Amino acid sequence: MSSPLTAVTAVEAQTGAEPSAFTPLRRRHRFTTRSLVGQIALYAMLVVLALIYIYPFLVQVATSFKTEQDAASDPISLLPQTFTVAAYERLFLHSDFPLWFANSAVVTVVVTLGRVFFVSLAGYALARLRFRGRGIVFAAVVGVMAVPAVVLLIPKFLVLNQLGLYDSYAGMILPLLVDAAGVFIMKNFFESIPESVEEQARIDGAGTFRVFWSIVLPMARPALVTIVILSFQGSWNELSHFIVSTQSPGLTTLTKGVASLASGQLSQGTQYPLKLAAAAIMTIPVAVLFFIFQRRIMNTSEGAVKG
Amino acid sequence: MSRPSPSSRSSAPIATSTTVAPTGAPTRPASSRRSCSGGTRRGEATAGWLFVLPVILILGTFLLVPVLMALWVSFSDWSGRGSPLSPTVHVVGLDNYAAITTGGGLQTRDFGTALRNNAWYVVLVVPLQTALSLFLAVLVSRRILRGRGFFRTAFYFPSVTSSVAITVLWLFLFSFAGPVNAIIAKLGAEGPNWFSDPRGIVHVALGGLGISSGPTALTDGDFLGVTWWDWLSGPSVAMSALILMAVFTTSGTFMLLFIAALQNIGVELAEAGTMDGANAWQRFWHITLPQLRPTLFTVITLGLIGCWQVFDQIYTGTQGGPAKTTVTPAYLSYTAAFQNQNWGIGAAIAFILFLIIIVFTLFQRWALRERPVSRRRIRAYQPRRTEGATPVKESAS
Repeated sequence: MSSPLTAVTAVEAQTGAEPSAFTPLRRRHRFTTRSLVGQIALYAMLVVLALIYIYPFLVQVATSFKTEQDAASDPISLLPQTFTVAAYERLFLHSDFPLWFANSAVVTVVVTLGRVFFVSLAGYALARLRFRGRGIVFAAVVGVMAVPAVVLLIPKFLVLNQLGLYDSYAGMILPLLVDAAGVFIMKNFFESIPESVEEQARIDGAGTFRVFWSIVLPMARPALVTIVILSFQGSWNELSHFIVSTQSPGLTTLTKGVASLASGQLSQGTQYPLKLAAAAIMTIPVAVLFFIFQRRIMNTSEGAVKG
Repeated sequence: MSRPSPSSRSSAPIATSTTVAPTGAPTRPASSRRSCSGGTRRGEATAGWLFVLPVILILGTFLLVPVLMALWVSFSDWSGRGSPLSPTVHVVGLDNYAAITTGGGLQTRDFGTALRNNAWYVVLVVPLQTALSLFLAVLVSRRILRGRGFFRTAFYFPSVTSSVAITVLWLFLFSFAGPVNAIIAKLGAEGPNWFSDPRGIVHVALGGLGISSGPTALTDGDFLGVTWWDWLSGPSVAMSALILMAVFTTSGTFMLLFIAALQNIGVELAEAGTMDGANAWQRFWHITLPQLRPTLFTVITLGLIGCWQVFDQIYTGTQGGPAKTTVTPAYLSYTAAFQNQNWGIGAAIAFILFLIIIVFTLFQRWALRERPVSRRRIRAYQPRRTEGATPVKESAS
């Protein structure tokens, strides 16, 4: 507690955990004018930072309800001069936007379900089942995680083309169906739960798949939620894979569609309300997912409070 | 037991309808169950292989095979017509690699420019996002902090949005008449025309000092068709906007990693530091930061890997413009193959990019390697030791 200067308060934060270890006397001593100023400075800084992080999204939503002239003349304001839903009307009634949304939804749901199943199956086998070559399979999975996705753009197209899967739902979904990082997460999780329950079931005569499906999987809910979050977010936000796996307008996903909106139609005026509305809508599903599982995503906070 | 039933109902038909390869896996274990139900561990090997089969098949088909095929294409003259494995395609050896690395032609210049652009992107984004995320984590890790959840949510939220959505938003924010320039105007200055400004920011700064062209020593020599003077131009103004975007969107994710790490660090060492009279900054620099080394390694590595893969933002936002100053190797590889039908060149660029990423990862691993006493091990032992030790101490005193 030697000299927490106001400017350094931020840096001091990580040691801010210590007061609880001190006696109340020491703690009361802390609430001097200087530390009060420090507190105010800290909150002021946090509020300014939070504003920088949130304001862009507020202005995005506000602008999507503005007219084009309004968006150009007063870009900062959070209140539309004249409130209009023209952008949304055009998106939903006079464009392929609903189709893009449907395509994204189908792909995301199938990919998420598939990943949860296949990834936990493999994770369980690698964590628990003893079989020849297990080490090699695991090493291969870890090795695969190191291959950057961008390097696979051309390769994936080549194989999809070769297999006749180019420009089809199968080609969009299959390559995303398994995720090496997910296998890794599940394996680690299965290794962390005690084996005794399964042993019991196995002695009672349950087969391997039965043990996995009815006993192990229900216990793995926390890890499964992680997989759901990762694969939902990953496949909903995926762009490059759909660029190289499809070309027909009927298979356009939200990411690809909105990207074409952003780049292709620049010549026809700026259309910021329309583009921002499209971007806002495509953010909603992941935002909802985020707020549902906020606890899990931010679960680090619980430990901090009780610690 | 009631939990898995809904998902079992929905995932089974999907597995059969979408794919030929993995269908066998979910059904076959059911039959192998009968065979292994006699002995407790019999049939385990079969089940093990069946369980990992879908993963192996899909990763093999869409990762391993593609990489091998692309490696072949990078050594061939395939033009995009028919199968790259057909007999009409010839091996051209290292020609594709030579075209982009030597000779100073258009291909080389484009590749050099892309490397230059991305190198500046990496140089600025990685330190900025690491520092900012650590700073945010430290701020919101204070034990006594009102609205902790709100602040964490606010900082993390940009991370969940898609790169496409955030790029669309960024194009608006940094448009000439957009909010950022409006705010700059309120502050009494004039903002640049962000996404149409190809000037490198180092060149702009030097221009401000009256230096508009480089010394001949720098303008005469070149590397990959780009003069040294142009290598040192800094990111273009357009690229700078994208750099800010990357820092904005990734700092939240890395903040979570740092928050978790900060929690795992015991308070004891910092307290000991306080006793020894270390001030807040000294405690952070000499006690906390060294303990964060593993997380720091993770964040910097992930940052490096991610930054060399910039693609979505370019595809959605700038398409490489203005004046090719936002072309990245990833985007160049895509345009070379899919737009210009130079598949061999595109694949060669992708593999050079792959190499770059591997080299950076290895270098990072070496630079931040753990010294003889493993910090992770120290950390792993800490909680247990204190739990066991403190009550004893207290009862003794």
